[in-house]
Amino acid sequence: MSRQDFLRRMPEAARAFSRPTRLAERFHIDFFLLLLLLALTTIGLTVLYSASGHNLPSVEKQASFFMIAYATMFVVAQIPVDFMRRMAPFAYVGGVLLLLAVTIFGDISMGAQRWLQIGSFRFQPSEIMKLAMPITIAAFLSAGHLPPRFSRVLAVLVLIGIPTALIIEQPDLGTSILVATSGIMVLFFSGLLWRYIAAAVAVFGASLWPIWHYMLHDYQRQRVLTMLDPTQDPLGTGWNIIQSKTAIGSGGLSGKGWMEGTQSRLDFLPEGHTDFIIAVMSEEFGLLGVIFLLTVYALVIIRGLTIAVKSQNTFGRLLAASVSSTFFVYVFVNMGMVSGMLPVVGVPLPLISQGGTAIVALFAGFGILMAISTEQKRVMTPQP
Amino acid sequence: MQEAQHFKDHQREAKLFRNRVLVMATFMLALVSTLIYRYYDLQIVNYEEYATQSERNRVHVQPVPPTRGLIFDRNNELLADNKASFTLSVVSGDAEELNNTIELLKTLIEITPSDLGKFYKAQKQRRHKLDPVPLRYRLTEDEIARLAVNQHLLEGVEVNAELVRNYPHADMFAHVIGYTGRISEKDMDSFTPEQLQRYSGTHAIGKSGIESSYEDILLGEVGSQNVETNARGRVMRVLDRIDPKQGSDLHLHLDTRLQETAVAAMQGRRGAVVAIDVKTGGVLAAVSNPGFDPNLFVTGISYRDYKNLNDDIDTPLFNRFLQAQYPPGSTIKPVIGLAGLHYGFTDVDRAISDPGFFTLPGSSRIYRDWSLAKTGGGHGRVNLKVGISQSCDTYFWDLGTRMGIDKMSEFGAHFGLGQLTGIDVPSERKGIWPSREWKRAAKGQAWYPGDTVNMSIGQGFVLATPLQLAVVASTIANRGVRYKPQFVQRIGDKIHEPIIEETMEMKPEYWDAIFDGMAEVVHGPRGTARAYMSPGAEYRMAGKSGTAQVVAIAQNAKYNSAMLQERHRDHALFIAFAPLEDPKIAVAVMVENAEGGSSKAAPVARWMMDAYLLGYSLDADEFVPPLGFHHAAIIKRLNNYIAARNAAREGKPAVEPVKNTEPVPPASAGIDAEEGVTDE
Repeated sequence: MSRQDFLRRMPEAARAFSRPTRLAERFHIDFFLLLLLLALTTIGLTVLYSASGHNLPSVEKQASFFMIAYATMFVVAQIPVDFMRRMAPFAYVGGVLLLLAVTIFGDISMGAQRWLQIGSFRFQPSEIMKLAMPITIAAFLSAGHLPPRFSRVLAVLVLIGIPTALIIEQPDLGTSILVATSGIMVLFFSGLLWRYIAAAVAVFGASLWPIWHYMLHDYQRQRVLTMLDPTQDPLGTGWNIIQSKTAIGSGGLSGKGWMEGTQSRLDFLPEGHTDFIIAVMSEEFGLLGVIFLLTVYALVIIRGLTIAVKSQNTFGRLLAASVSSTFFVYVFVNMGMVSGMLPVVGVPLPLISQGGTAIVALFAGFGILMAISTEQKRVMTPQP
Repeated sequence: MQEAQHFKDHQREAKLFRNRVLVMATFMLALVSTLIYRYYDLQIVNYEEYATQSERNRVHVQPVPPTRGLIFDRNNELLADNKASFTLSVVSGDAEELNNTIELLKTLIEITPSDLGKFYKAQKQRRHKLDPVPLRYRLTEDEIARLAVNQHLLEGVEVNAELVRNYPHADMFAHVIGYTGRISEKDMDSFTPEQLQRYSGTHAIGKSGIESSYEDILLGEVGSQNVETNARGRVMRVLDRIDPKQGSDLHLHLDTRLQETAVAAMQGRRGAVVAIDVKTGGVLAAVSNPGFDPNLFVTGISYRDYKNLNDDIDTPLFNRFLQAQYPPGSTIKPVIGLAGLHYGFTDVDRAISDPGFFTLPGSSRIYRDWSLAKTGGGHGRVNLKVGISQSCDTYFWDLGTRMGIDKMSEFGAHFGLGQLTGIDVPSERKGIWPSREWKRAAKGQAWYPGDTVNMSIGQGFVLATPLQLAVVASTIANRGVRYKPQFVQRIGDKIHEPIIEETMEMKPEYWDAIFDGMAEVVHGPRGTARAYMSPGAEYRMAGKSGTAQVVAIAQNAKYNSAMLQERHRDHALFIAFAPLEDPKIAVAVMVENAEGGSSKAAPVARWMMDAYLLGYSLDADEFVPPLGFHHAAIIKRLNNYIAARNAAREGKPAVEPVKNTEPVPPASAGIDAEEGVTDE
């Protein structure tokens, strides 16, 4: 039975459905992933409308960022995976240079030097590093035998260390964790020997004390202490955590209802539209809302890992797995910190928190996933 | 071979990778489970706690302050009302933001260092980080407008309206109505839990005068409301509300026109005037001159204003009618005369021969009557009537000495001398009406016969306040029925009943004799006050003059000697009531350092009685204020009144009463000086 025959026998509705799938394939779109992202975007704008205090302009602004982000994703999805691999060194060096430029010329905003202004365009180079990092490490490791030898592991650690250190210096602990994580994830998926992992964990454990005393800023230490006992300074640094836990807890099973969250509506919850937006959502939609959101996130990650597993080339595999896992880290760190489980580091809730360049960077990541996904299909199904 | 090897590597790598994905997925699953457990713990297990906390964040019980009761005079003229005052408060998140806000505010409105000092102090004491702290009181309309225009720049700045006390007559009633002030920490400390509750929404409390003594009635009952507030404490909406109960209004016996008359008649001199409604004991007018503007105290007086008032040599804060104690001098003679009649030491006709001086039996000390210095002789044959009308000291020295201290002491108590009158404002002083026991207790000495001599003419240890003298006048006018003097006539709709303190049993002819004597003071050919009181009188009245010696003023570098000399002169006193046949009003007047009781104090009493009995009868074409008289409002009202009255007279000349000359003739005719001073 030819393909034409098969289609002819399909009911009208199924044919209509099959067309976008083919269309999507032609444009390197992973339809399932796109559907999940659209769902998250919708949830994000809905919650943001409430969290921003019914501020339509801020929702419209966010929507326009999403437009840019989707466009970026489509563009990135068209890039051949191999081209990404070859471009990796340039992306990496460029990213590091921009980070250096920030250190020297950058704008200081809210006590941190993160922004670079070129003409009227203002952006955070650390966002570029979020993608340049996994691409670089994946390219570097896929070039050799796996699992990587010790010397290559050391080289990878240096590659991870340089931009991470530059971002910590800004200081932006949240982003540096995410950037480092995206690199380390590649290392992990490349089959890094368990004994290296065990050794790393041991070294990390042993270095906690010096990090605490010599490397962390006062405000970072304070955040950790606050997480451990927010009631010690209920009007100062503990305020955010106490109020966000109150918001989450008072949501109960099914929440107070959309736009009915008093903690955010009455300004008790600081940063309700950015990093702490999950508290607004928990308050208004309850545990059921949280579980629903986590389910969508889980599907995104599962989809990402599936793409990784199905990928036929090592570079794509490592990159896809790293992007997906880093996305998970985003979710986990954010929801953990807002609920008082982790110290407060500036990590937004992906696709829900308000933000510009961070969202574009995330969607660029999904574009990479789609590029990998469709390339693998291209290999599997020969063109007619 | 090499290709096969390469292919095998790929297979192994893929397998290795799948394993790693599996490990990672498991790890993620574990973390997500932790996360879900965390949210389950917050949202389900501890739901109650957080729901309560959230509700406590959201809903606050707010006291709703009651509106303070108003104060009116007997003609429904407002004496104290409430007006909106605007207060600027700042919510201060962090220090830098606060500094910027204050710098900006400084460019918009006036903020003094003292405002800032109070602000930072209050800011340290605030209970919550986001509590608003008051920075400026009494914003002007201009300032409110400027703040409104720049509102978008002023994050965390609020302007709140609050009702504060307002005294439309400013200093006219300061010593009667008193004032409200901000509740101080000391007030708070003395509050019972019930009071703390009652004052929870109120910032002001009565500090003096009527405002203080009727505080409970004026305050009202606090209401409450449940409000939804945001994190900055701003009320977003009211959920439910129990209305406060407004404080009751007070209607006073005071008559604003009479009060104005008293202030006008005092012509800016220091002193006190009290007028009492004889039939009820209601106080019709009570003036302590100079006064002060009680509005200054309402939202907290500035240090500078307070220092000015406190350091003023004329002591405007001192309530002269309630707290100034003077020797009442000759004004007490009618009481002594009455005691003589009552105890049978004299009768209406019994006369003595006055040589112009008095000696105690067995003593060589000579007590000189004032006439000795004036005329070189005595008053001649003197009975009670002449004794009173000519204020003959010798007559009362003789009578007092024969009666003795104990009888005098006992009798004076019937007139409330040496006792608190019980008037319904705080801080009254009770003067001294001495007795043997009093002297022993106070001075540690026995009572000497010389003390009795002094006491019989209201000198020596005797002290009385102008209010007490008014009560004495009123009690005589009432033929022995002594009312408690009271300011309040009506609380809300409830009449505040007059209170009779005592009703004396006495033969009517005794009262007639005293009335006769006191009428002679005013109307008699040789009455001390005839020249100042009787001209043009349309009714008959009774009066008695007096002179109070001044206690030496402590030498002080602040006061120059000329000033001191002036202030060492005697105080002029006068008590009076009218009409004689059926007295309605009793008056006591004290003019500091004016010397002549008849010449200086009596005309004030005449103004008062004219105003009360004849209406506002300043008999002049125009009220020309004396030098230094600055009550513009009074001048205007009096002139308006005179114009209206003249217009009415021209319209209906038939109704015009007996043609009057000036009620207060120049002090040229008649006896210049009167009472002498005991010369010991």
